[in-house]
Amino acid sequence: MTMTVAIGVRSEPAERWTTPSGRDFGAVNELITAPLLRRGSWTWKAWWIGFLVSLVLTLNMLVCVVWLFLKGIGVWGVNSVVVWGFAMANYVWWIGIGNAGTLISSMLLIARQKWRASTNRFAEAMTLFAAAIAGVFPILHLGRPLYFYWLTPYPNTMTVWPQWRSALIWDFWAILSYILFSIIFFYVGLIPDLATLRDRAKGGFARGFYGALALGWRGSARHWHRYEILHLTLACLGVPLVVSLHSVVGMDFAASLMPGWQETIFPPYFVVGAMYSGFAMVVCLAALVRWGFRLQPVITNEHFAVMAKIMLAAAIIMGLSYGTEWFNAWYDGERADRSFVIFELTGAYAPLYGALLFCNLVAPQLFWFPAIRRNIVAVFVIAIIINIGMWLERILIVWNTLSHDYLPSSWRLFFPTIWDWLLLFGSLGLFALVFLVFVRIFPAVSIHEVRGLIQEQIDEEEAP
Amino acid sequence: MTAVLLAEFSQARQLRNAARAAGRRNYRLLDAFTPHHVEGLSEFFVTRSSRIRLIMFIAGFGVAALAYGAGEYYTAVINYPYNSGGRPLNAWPAFMLVPFATGILGASVAGLATFLIENGLPRLHHPLFAIEGFERASQDRFWLMLARPDAFAERQDAIDWLRQTGALAVHEVDT
Repeated sequence: MTMTVAIGVRSEPAERWTTPSGRDFGAVNELITAPLLRRGSWTWKAWWIGFLVSLVLTLNMLVCVVWLFLKGIGVWGVNSVVVWGFAMANYVWWIGIGNAGTLISSMLLIARQKWRASTNRFAEAMTLFAAAIAGVFPILHLGRPLYFYWLTPYPNTMTVWPQWRSALIWDFWAILSYILFSIIFFYVGLIPDLATLRDRAKGGFARGFYGALALGWRGSARHWHRYEILHLTLACLGVPLVVSLHSVVGMDFAASLMPGWQETIFPPYFVVGAMYSGFAMVVCLAALVRWGFRLQPVITNEHFAVMAKIMLAAAIIMGLSYGTEWFNAWYDGERADRSFVIFELTGAYAPLYGALLFCNLVAPQLFWFPAIRRNIVAVFVIAIIINIGMWLERILIVWNTLSHDYLPSSWRLFFPTIWDWLLLFGSLGLFALVFLVFVRIFPAVSIHEVRGLIQEQIDEEEAP
Repeated sequence: MTAVLLAEFSQARQLRNAARAAGRRNYRLLDAFTPHHVEGLSEFFVTRSSRIRLIMFIAGFGVAALAYGAGEYYTAVINYPYNSGGRPLNAWPAFMLVPFATGILGASVAGLATFLIENGLPRLHHPLFAIEGFERASQDRFWLMLARPDAFAERQDAIDWLRQTGALAVHEVDT
């Protein structure tokens, strides 16, 4: 008698993740590649509107940066006490979103979750763009941004080297490694799709462009074998890299001696927060990509339902983390810590803190209802609320602690200026711009993985 | 130049069955071309295990050791040591992150390089691309490549047999 035991793998039908019109190789190839290769027959009106809006916002970001470089960080609301303002909050928020794509893609690959097939591509693209935008903020925040390269070890006339014990140096290396790693992970997954585009392209330029990027991929069984090895190994390396990266972001705060920051829970709490905001952003992008490219056959309500479940789980962990913070402040008995939590709940920023708790803890509780989880509009709206909540969390981590530290005489609030807001929205515009350019050039959904999913369905049907 | 027979199938199952049966009939299997990874196909073609993981392991630890030794230890302990509040010069717990992150990056770069080298890529042109219909190997068709028997009769047998297994078309090609 033979017995097969599958550990941690649920044998759920692959059919759940496609609709009948998305269960054919030819149909899926056409569905995903047509917008890229048959531009004439495709309406790009909504794309152009989005592109122009995001272009204006990006130009606005450029103006903000030039103004900042000319005038210095005094144009922002930062002051002698709240020295980290929007820039750091934006950095943590963007890097959180930037962590999620690779984390989601790698974790789901390792966990053999079939629904990753149609979500991993744009999640990984999101990672790349968000992490790159995040990397800009610490540099903008430097008083003398032209010296940012001092973070790198290079032989110099002063013969000094970076301070390797500093969490900020760890940050630099972690982000650099992560962005380069994510590019490799993204590109490896893209190669077979580039070959498909090369082979479907009619025009000489498109064929040459995709052909050069596809590196001559011809789908050999040996190549696929090695592809699977490389992709899975990269995924296994990606998960600890992402966890370490966002832990380091948490340590940027936790390694200090400030009330509300000096907490051992910060690294895991930041990692879960990153996954939370990242999933929320993936949901928003999934809804937009699905609507824009009419991808209903391969991105179904079921995808939104499972992502809603993960966001619900993350919301509960976030609640536990907030509770742990409050409990620790009471339990350690330190005056500054207790005073800090009272300030958090009743001080000048209390309305924002209340909004944060609503967005991150209360609103996602609606996901307990299956009907809400399967309603794409509802999931989309709640995901936006979560993104706002996570941004509020990041800004309040900065504001609350810095405006309420040990010395009551230096308690001071932060008031954002117009440049703070413009830069924040400018970064959203830049993200939207590069994402729009990405979906216009590359397939937003992994074609070969969706074909693999269809293959599984065929194999399941043929299995005795 | 190798003379080969290329059979085009519409389904992965037919390709798998043909590959299995070809072994029994003593045809020499050379390769298969599919639009996505087909489970259970590599066992017919992969004779030598890939070195990707081994090289990634070596490169990962190599880069990490370099980051720790030549990067952190050399600069902080040998080249520019300074005593800040009596903290150890070689603060190894604080030095772990940089080797870890760069080690993973090194492993992934080495993995990609090994993947490309073992696959013989990039190779933008290949004789197979000239075959009519081969562009569908990256879309919805499954191709099997056998060594072409030398004797004319055997060759005809092989072609007939491939058609019986469900091949839509059989091509004779020199690659």
